[in-house]
Order: sequence, then structure tokens, then C-alpha cells
Amino acid sequence: MRIYADNAATTKMSRTAIEAMLPYLENVYGNPSSLHTVGQEAKEALEDARARVAALLGATPREIYFTSGGSEADNQAIRSAAILGKRKGRTHIISTAFEHHAVLHTLKKLEKEGFTVTYLDVHENGLVTPEQVAAAITPETCLVTIMYANNEIGTIQPIRAIGEVCRKAGVLFHTDAVQAVGHIPVNVVEDNIDMLSLSAHKFHGPKGVGLLYAKRGIILSSLIEGGAQERNKRAGTENIPAIMGMAAALEEAVRSLPETMPRVSALRDRLIAGLNEIPHGALNGDAKTRLPGNVNFCFEGIEGESLLLLLDDKGICASSGSACTSGSLDPSHVLLAIGRPHEVAHGSLRLTLDASTTEAEVDAIITAVRDVVQYLRNMSPVWRELMNGERKFVID
Amino acid sequence: MALYSEKVMDHFRNPRNVGVIENADGVGEVGNAKCGDIMKIYLKIDNDTISDVKFETFGCGSAIASSSMATELIKGKPVADALKLTNQAVTEALDGLPAHKLHCSVLAEEAIKAAMKDYYDRHGIAYDESLFPAEHDCESCEV
Repeated sequence: MRIYADNAATTKMSRTAIEAMLPYLENVYGNPSSLHTVGQEAKEALEDARARVAALLGATPREIYFTSGGSEADNQAIRSAAILGKRKGRTHIISTAFEHHAVLHTLKKLEKEGFTVTYLDVHENGLVTPEQVAAAITPETCLVTIMYANNEIGTIQPIRAIGEVCRKAGVLFHTDAVQAVGHIPVNVVEDNIDMLSLSAHKFHGPKGVGLLYAKRGIILSSLIEGGAQERNKRAGTENIPAIMGMAAALEEAVRSLPETMPRVSALRDRLIAGLNEIPHGALNGDAKTRLPGNVNFCFEGIEGESLLLLLDDKGICASSGSACTSGSLDPSHVLLAIGRPHEVAHGSLRLTLDASTTEAEVDAIITAVRDVVQYLRNMSPVWRELMNGERKFVID
Repeated sequence: MALYSEKVMDHFRNPRNVGVIENADGVGEVGNAKCGDIMKIYLKIDNDTISDVKFETFGCGSAIASSSMATELIKGKPVADALKLTNQAVTEALDGLPAHKLHCSVLAEEAIKAAMKDYYDRHGIAYDESLFPAEHDCESCEV
């Protein structure tokens, strides 16, 4: 038995996406920049894919720039906004403390280059408010970049209202929507988004491909020089098979949302209810304003890596925000940002479901987690101290 | 390639000597919950021999495996041998650890030394202070 519950890390490619790619691996192999028939066939496919993904996001084809994935799109969006801002003497950026590292590391670099960045508090529930954004905007602000949904705890930010605040203030608004697109409805026009990043492998498409949406009028800066592809903004021969796979996967994901969202949300709530039965464990992030498939818990007295390894032995693939899983000394910055102390953040478990998950699998996960947590607690000196009263519980 | 050797996984899945010794002759605890690793070693010593040893560990797979292996390496051995246990010996016995996990074997060595020191202190036995250097600091504990 294997239960894959790590869909926020990556997803299994859908049959639809694989089949959409095959003709472009086998037959339509041309370079879209070539003038001959073989090249122009590829060019037509590329522009068809662009029009289809644009329509699914509420954008126009000219606003879509294909990239190698979400990280590149985040880098390019933020760099471009920073360059545009600096030209006008505006060097202040607003973000949150729990963004993906593709955003945070780009911002850290910009800080070294003279920009100032305000990292908004995300509170215990993992949500920022539009009021916080409004209060942080100054005449120097050139960009607000806030993720649509958090990759670890799944909380969904009030993007539409934040976008409205930014638009009124005349400040560019970028959102890293890598975890959101294909999982909840996202529309760049309705949501007041100026720039948006997404990645295909998070919605059953191929790895190594994504896109940046940039609203008409926003002049992007290139990260990669060398050719006129993507309207001069992203050099390099387009990865046509991957782009075709992404377009097909996105169509399938978005069209099935009315059916998958309620079903996956119900599985999530069943899993949360089951794990809530484990004493001294707590859900991370708001219980309702979160992605349909995301469950993230902290369990006191244990460490996440050993939890993951023992779950893997039982055929369950999950992830953790423990430092030991990352090779760094500190546990997840996301869990620290919502106020979990270090020792509790080490004992975190993320389970991310998809539309293929069954109720029986959810029940098997609940049983396995309960058993493994108990087993590890029984050999934990921290748990003994908690039970003896020598150490205070953080989670009731 | 798997994250850990078969030996590490064996000692992680089936840890030897887990538990507590009531009325232990020496107890040593090292590490910090904030860093994500705590090891506690309990020793029973008879006639200068480690007659029994148990451990409790809060930590990752390699921390649990290192504790288990360290207890196996000293169980039934003369006290003098236990004092000579090094983190390298623990790592070698486990067929190696990933570079960023070597500190787990260091903690195992330190936990046993801490338990030995406790034994000497409790029983008023004189010892060479240089055998027990201060615990190393890890930077995340200073956060």
C-alpha cells in the first residue's frame, strides 16, 4: 500500500497532461522561432497554449510569459517591479513573513541592494489583512508581494481585497499563486492582481514549467538574456511539450474544481477531525480559510523527521517543517511566523491530499499517525518531562 | 540513494535499549528541544562494568539510531571502554551518517560522557576533568 499525501511538494502527472505532451515529444519537434513549416507548427501550438491558459486565468495571451516554473516567475516579477520602482525613486516593498523562499530570498537580495522591505505579521491563524497592507503602504512603496495560499499551512489570503488596496494606492501587486491555481478559483481581473506566478507540477502538470502573468503595461525585465522568445522577456527555446502539458493540466484542474473542491475539502476536514483526537497536537493555520487538500499539525514531544520516516515505512508519503528534514538548524519559518515555538515547530507534519485520495486512505493515515506519534512519544525524554509536569505543554 | 544506511534504518526502526533505568547509577542528558535533539542516557554500573544502559531520545531518525548504537557499543563493557567511545566509532558502526547528521553521533558520545560524569559525581569518585569537556554550543540555541 502506498498513500501519497505530499501533493503540495509535487503531484502525479495526469494522463491528460501526459497525452497532451506526447505529440510534441514525438512529432511536432520544431523550434517555434524557425520560419519553416515544422517550426511554425510548434509556434501555433505555443500560441494556442498561451491563449488557453490566459483564458483560464482571466488574462489575455499577451500577458502570459512562460517560465521554468514558479521560482523563476517569482524572481522575475519582484526584480521587474523593483527596477520599475527604483526608476521613480520608490524602493519600499511589502510582503509577509511566511512567503516561499523564492520570494523571501529575492527580497533579501534587494535589501542588500538598498531596498527596504516590510514583512507583515501573519498572526496565529496564518492570515494577513488588507488593513495591514493599507497601513504599511508609503509613498515609497513600489510593490506588494503576498502569496495566494501558503505552501506549508495552506491558508488562503484575502487576495482580492489586498489587490483593491494596492490598486487604489497605485502600487503593483504580485502574488505567488503556485499552491492556489488549479486548487481554488483564481482570476487575475476579479482578484485585482497585477502579476501572478504559477507552476505546472502543482496541478498534475509536468515539472520545470510555469508562467508569469504580468498585466498589460507592466514592463518586465529579463532574468535570462539571449533571444527574442516570450516577447523579449525570457530568452531560451520554449519547452513546448511541457507548456502543452501545463495547458492541458490547468484546463482539467480548473474545469473539475466545482466537483473536486468540495470533495477534497471534506476529506481534509475528516483528516483534521481524526488528527485532532491525538492529545497535545494542534492544527497549524486557520481551519476553514485554507486550501482544500492541506492539513498541517504540530505534535508536542516528538520530532518531525522520525515521524516522516516511520510513516514512510507504513507507505504514507508526507512532509514536515522540522529542521532535520531541511538540513538547516531552524525549523520552518512559516511555523515560526505563526508563533509556534522552535521545539513545537520541530514536531510538525504536513499532509496534502488531492482528488484521488479516498476516505479509506484518510482513515489509514489517521491510524498510522496516531500510532507513530504514540510510539515516538514513548521514547522521548521531552514527552516524559511534559507528562511528569517538569515541562509545560504549549498545546493543550 | 536512500537518505540513511541500512544499519541506521535498522537501529531507527528497532532501537535497542529504549527506556528508563529506575535508580540508575548515572544519568546524562544533552541537547536542546529548541534544536530538535535531546538524548538521555541511563547507566547501571556494577564492578566497574556497564551492566545495563537505556536511552530516551527526542530527535530525528539518525539521533535515535545513534543513541541505540551507542548503547549497544558500551553495554557490558568496562567503564574505561565506555569513556573511550567516540562519535566516529558510533558513525562507523552505523555504516556512516550524512554530513549534516554527524552531530547526532556527537550527541550520543556526549550523552554517555555526561552519564559517566554523573556517576562519578554521585559516587564521589575522583576523575580527570579533561575527560569531560564542556558541551559544544550550537548556534540555533543562541537564537
